Amino acid sequence: MAERINVLKTYKIFIGGKFPRTESGRFYQLNNPSKAIANVCLSSRKDLRNAVVAARGAFEKWSGSTAYNRSQILYRMAEMMEGRKDQFISELVLQGVDRKEATLEVDLSIDRVIYFAGWADKINQVFGSVNPVATSHFNFSLMEPMGVVGLVAPEKSGLLGLVSSLCPILVSGNCAVVLASEKLPLCSITLAEVLVTSDVPEGVVNILTGKKEEIMVHLAKHMDVNAIYLTDNLEHKKSVQEEAIQNLKRVVVGKQKSWDDRTVENPYIITDFMEIKTTWHPVEVISATGSGY
Amino acid sequence: MNKEIKPLKFSGKWDFDPAPESVDHISLKDQYGLFINGKFENPQTSNYFPSINPANEEHLSMIAEAGEKDINAAVSAARKAFDGPWSKMSAKERGKYIFRIARLIQEKSRELAVIETLDGGKPIRESRDVDVPIAAAHFFYYAGWTDKLNYAFPNRDPKPVGVAGQVIPWNFPLMMAAWKIAPALATGNTVVLKPAETTSLTALKLAEIIQEADLPKGVVNIITGAGATGAGIVNHQDIDKIAFTGSTGVGKIIMKAIAGSNKKSTMELGGKAANIIFEDAPLDQAVEGVINGIYFNQGHVCCAGSRLFVQESVYDVVLRKLKDRIQSLILGNPLDKNTDIGAINSKEQLGTINKYLKIGQQEGADMFQLECPIPKKGFWCPPTLFTNVSQSHVIAKEEIFGPVLAIQTFRTIDEVITKANNTPFGLSAGVWTDKGSKIFNLTSQMRAGVVWANTYNKFDPTSPFGGYKESGHGREGGLHGLTPYLNF
Repeated sequence: MAERINVLKTYKIFIGGKFPRTESGRFYQLNNPSKAIANVCLSSRKDLRNAVVAARGAFEKWSGSTAYNRSQILYRMAEMMEGRKDQFISELVLQGVDRKEATLEVDLSIDRVIYFAGWADKINQVFGSVNPVATSHFNFSLMEPMGVVGLVAPEKSGLLGLVSSLCPILVSGNCAVVLASEKLPLCSITLAEVLVTSDVPEGVVNILTGKKEEIMVHLAKHMDVNAIYLTDNLEHKKSVQEEAIQNLKRVVVGKQKSWDDRTVENPYIITDFMEIKTTWHPVEVISATGSGY
Repeated sequence: MNKEIKPLKFSGKWDFDPAPESVDHISLKDQYGLFINGKFENPQTSNYFPSINPANEEHLSMIAEAGEKDINAAVSAARKAFDGPWSKMSAKERGKYIFRIARLIQEKSRELAVIETLDGGKPIRESRDVDVPIAAAHFFYYAGWTDKLNYAFPNRDPKPVGVAGQVIPWNFPLMMAAWKIAPALATGNTVVLKPAETTSLTALKLAEIIQEADLPKGVVNIITGAGATGAGIVNHQDIDKIAFTGSTGVGKIIMKAIAGSNKKSTMELGGKAANIIFEDAPLDQAVEGVINGIYFNQGHVCCAGSRLFVQESVYDVVLRKLKDRIQSLILGNPLDKNTDIGAINSKEQLGTINKYLKIGQQEGADMFQLECPIPKKGFWCPPTLFTNVSQSHVIAKEEIFGPVLAIQTFRTIDEVITKANNTPFGLSAGVWTDKGSKIFNLTSQMRAGVVWANTYNKFDPTSPFGGYKESGHGREGGLHGLTPYLNF
């Protein structure tokens, strides 16, 4: 019997819940080490702009959803990942990761999504405050998501690094535009397929593949992006910080030593992508200083 | 409807007899050096510039201009103090020094208030009741944090950043110095602070207080000068953290200067806050809130409620009440306890404000001002409001930093939320309505760091302050105000 011809997968980008080809029509070839594995989209500035529009459009709904709901959706994401474990492992292996390590990475990635999912409805209990002001006011501070966050995904950790940096952005209600790892892009597109089946609203996560150096500058310059997470690629720190000044977007620079380090699991990376809002309201009391209006 | 609403008539009955605060109890030197390593030093530039009273243009004192060598000396004193006594001291003892500063400010509150008013032009009522008490309270609040930092950051090990370079504005000189110095010291850092060139005096009086409190030398260094001195601090290689309060324009220049470096930063920048009145608001209180929101400190307030949005159904009555209230404001001698509106801080700032008044009229908005005699000397701008303003008008978009209100109207909640958030700034916002659920809807949708509901322009050391978007990053005040001064 003749050997079956494999069906090869076309890795398209992920914008607004859909999988378009890049507007640029360009691609780059992923090799291992000599054999071609896949053709990957070389996203353009126009793709980036579309992704930001999609992310901004999704922000009101995602940030307005309840924390309980966001928590369940991220947990659903972990469930979907569990079902696709073999696909993630084989993609990592295809890209040159040792099978045993790939298996560990996928397990840890799923557990990490669950870790961050659990923070959604706890962040404001731990980091919010009621402030005992000396006037007749009720005053409290709550954390709020920043808006649209650009994630320059880890270069050397195709799945674990991606979910460990993406989930802290999402869990508080931010929307993300992700520049995937150039060398290990396959899992990011497969993760997109997980996201569309995990009740994550369209536009909340948008994933672009391609040359980071080409797109990063446009991400850093974009006037409707509120923050950037530069997980590695630290050689671009200065230029990204400089371009970010145009609208004073926050630039968070990665400090992790390794993505499988347990210290990556902490809530402070979530609060890095949150603003603090303080609200005042008078309390009607008759005191020496009068009421608080 | 609006023809039925008659304006109140004002006459001489509203005049008060002068009630000026006396100035004979204050002590000001003819000349102030730079406070470096615990002593007042002559600047190595040998340059001094005058500080004047903006209400009458009278000379107050000569202020030293710090040059590169002076900045180096201040930073190295701060570094030595950081490496030496300040780090070795127990947190408890460090706190006691900060408590001392708080108490000394309270003891000298009257002198500080008078000097603040003389140097900056703000009404004595404000410097006496707001600036000085809040400055003292800020030191008192943060003093208590020194030995409790581990409780503020669960599972973390907070460590001071090192030497903090701090550059502050001229609108709340002493209060801003307190907002900067108190949390920096509480977290174990040392400080090089530069006040604004038009308002150095209370910072220098604070330096005297720090001397009197016997703080180890070099822990706080206060150096004076203009923009070049500030740039020298920002660019200094041995400074670990920059804390800046001022305009968004200068903030961007600073961010550019420190891009790529390991310097941490806090930026408290400009604003163009929306103050929103709904038809179900307590209108008289709302009008008071609007007046306080925009005319407090002559509008030299980054969080000033400079864009007023009034629901159409109550627009006529709110406008009439606002105009009546403006006519009852008292503009004049800032030292007079009856004064509501003091002097504009500098000739330069008055020029900026006047430029915007002209642009507002040229763009077709209608201007209304307090009719009152304007003192012959000094810098003055009567409280002003503009009606017939649209979203695209320059006076509705740019920060004026003066007593200028731009009024727009709205019909629906969604409309006003969109209009209010339609700005690159996001420092503060105000909402006036008696309906609780509407308050929370609005306050949660405002993209701003401080939201006042049925009140405005309130500040407290326990309450975090700071902006979204181009109004800066980081918070000052409260537990959250500790974070920018710590490494983990």
